[in-house]
Amino acid sequence: MENQNNQDPDKANQTESVGVPAPEGPANLIDTDYVIGQDNYAARPLGVDIDIHGAVFSFSALVILAFVILTLALPEQSTAWFDGAKNWINANMSWFLIGAANIFVLLCLFLIFSPLGKVRIGGAHAEPDFSYLSWFAMLFAAGMGVGLMFYGVSEPLTHYGTSLGGTSVGEDGVRTDWAPLGAAAGDQGAAMSLGMAATIFHWGLHPWAIYAIVALSLALFAYNKGLPLTVRSMFYPLLGERIWGWPGHVIDIMAVFATLFGLATSLGIGAQQAAAGLNHLFGIPDGNTTLVLLIAAITAVAVVSIVAGVDKGVKRLSEINLVLAFLLLMFVVFVGPTLMILTGFAKNLGAYLTELPFLSNPFGREDVNFSQGWTTFYWAWWISWSPFVGMFIARVSRGRSVREFLTAVLLVPSTVSVFWMTAFGTTAIKQLQEGFTGASDADLAVKLYEVLGQLPMAEITSFIGIVLVIVFFVTSSDSGSLVIDTITAGGKIDAPKPQRVFWGIIEGAIAIALLAGGGLAALQSAAVAAGLPFTVVLLVGCFAIIKGLMDEPRSA
Amino acid sequence: MYKKIMVPVDLAHLDALEKALAVAADMSRHYQAELCYVGVTTSQPSSVARSPEEYREKLQAFAHEHAPETGKEPSARVIVSHDPAVDLDHKLIEAIDEVGADLVVMGTHLPKALNAIMPTHGGDIAGHTDASVFLVRP
Repeated sequence: MENQNNQDPDKANQTESVGVPAPEGPANLIDTDYVIGQDNYAARPLGVDIDIHGAVFSFSALVILAFVILTLALPEQSTAWFDGAKNWINANMSWFLIGAANIFVLLCLFLIFSPLGKVRIGGAHAEPDFSYLSWFAMLFAAGMGVGLMFYGVSEPLTHYGTSLGGTSVGEDGVRTDWAPLGAAAGDQGAAMSLGMAATIFHWGLHPWAIYAIVALSLALFAYNKGLPLTVRSMFYPLLGERIWGWPGHVIDIMAVFATLFGLATSLGIGAQQAAAGLNHLFGIPDGNTTLVLLIAAITAVAVVSIVAGVDKGVKRLSEINLVLAFLLLMFVVFVGPTLMILTGFAKNLGAYLTELPFLSNPFGREDVNFSQGWTTFYWAWWISWSPFVGMFIARVSRGRSVREFLTAVLLVPSTVSVFWMTAFGTTAIKQLQEGFTGASDADLAVKLYEVLGQLPMAEITSFIGIVLVIVFFVTSSDSGSLVIDTITAGGKIDAPKPQRVFWGIIEGAIAIALLAGGGLAALQSAAVAAGLPFTVVLLVGCFAIIKGLMDEPRSA
Repeated sequence: MYKKIMVPVDLAHLDALEKALAVAADMSRHYQAELCYVGVTTSQPSSVARSPEEYREKLQAFAHEHAPETGKEPSARVIVSHDPAVDLDHKLIEAIDEVGADLVVMGTHLPKALNAIMPTHGGDIAGHTDASVFLVRP
């Protein structure tokens, strides 16, 4: 790698022909002849401006369109195919996904405490573009969003139930129960702490470490190294100038697929939850027609937000979301079993840390249903989301030091997730222990409303729940379109707006196609299948981060 | 009549700007007005520059090359935007006040049907500022 050291900006100004000056303060730019947009195709068909990366855009768009049409045309075959792919990955690749996620967590923790944490994104004197609050709101809304609403109640309840049920072994000696680890048959206290630990495991350090790795490597290579803001830039230390050719195109196309399917999964889940809520509150039938209408309507709102831009769209919606989610959380904390939640927070955190080594063990697991059915799905889902969340985080994180960045992306959201899961999980489990079985018997999507229904002002809180799901949905779709547009425009972030609108609509279309052609299972399979190949990209990202940070100057 | 003329410049599409630049230079000579070139860029690497600082350097060099015949050195101003595809107009309107310009000279394309949904930058800016705006057709 040939680097050009620009330690002194004044000197660079004097010798004008040297070319690229340093970003704000010392940083170590990569010297490449590639010009962003040099492989792009810019034209104005039918009066609409477009500016796209020929290979990446056309290949991704064609495959996705073919996929949507085939899934809608052959729902039965595609369901079988999705199930096959998912089962194969669960059975054969679980160890790889679980092991890789552990590497990401360890690397992040190492970087926080190592001297490399002093490197500043965007050059040693760069200043942040956003305030802490809006930065954090955007991180959180983009990173978890809809999932917190869907699984906040349902996952603790499920794990609690299976743990309490104990283990059972089938004829072939393989466990048939879905309990995590060794379960806790008949012991309510132990089942609760195991169930909460398992839930927090899926929403704590691991997902955020996955995001942090992608975000950090993208930000580092864009802001400090001057490469375009697209996934292929992470491969520069490994492939050098070859990233501008087909190897780079393939990497970007993989990122587009992972993002689209990861997003579609969340959109599908969000639509199901919103429809279930509308059915619960207003008796609106929650069949496929409602789902399709909901996705279409919400996609339309997302398009408006896309056209309004980052500052007026995503940023404001994220802030609204943060406030609404905080209010709902506080409501549950104070109206629900307050003391139990507050003491539970420390207890669950302790249980999580105690069980962490066992839950994250990739080899020789006996709880196959849990580790393959839950953990593997989550890890693949987070990974399929990671190009999108990672690039979004990278875009808004200029001016933060690596240490500040990792603390904010890894530790703070993990803590908030622990608290969120504790609040909703404890409330739900306590209701169950007191004899209310409505929530544990209900469908996954309805559990939240059943639990809120047992608390005062149920109509209002359930309505806020629906609004939150929808707004989270809009922010995801909006920021997702932004990211896919950047990737398919070869790293150009000022590409014409109609392209973003195109991707926003495509995301809605995929969600509809997958829901119609196989329901939630199809969504989950698609996310898992798209997430697996991207895990390899992330492992390379780890290498690139270390390599890239090593030759950056460190700020004091 | 005019004291300071602001000229929005897109370094990526200079060929489309030639006429506007000539008009601005003529006006500045006629009114003895100062010229200020304004460019909007992103903090991410773009096709023009890999950092805002590189963009600033390029715009300054551009301003130096495009000095009017009066010899008065034009100034250059760089605006960093998170999302130029969307908030370009807004940033330019802010810049008019910051620069203290009383005339804006900018290139624009011919009107077309799509303007109803996505108005031209020039038209939008004229609707939101007290300064005079001179839109130069290609």
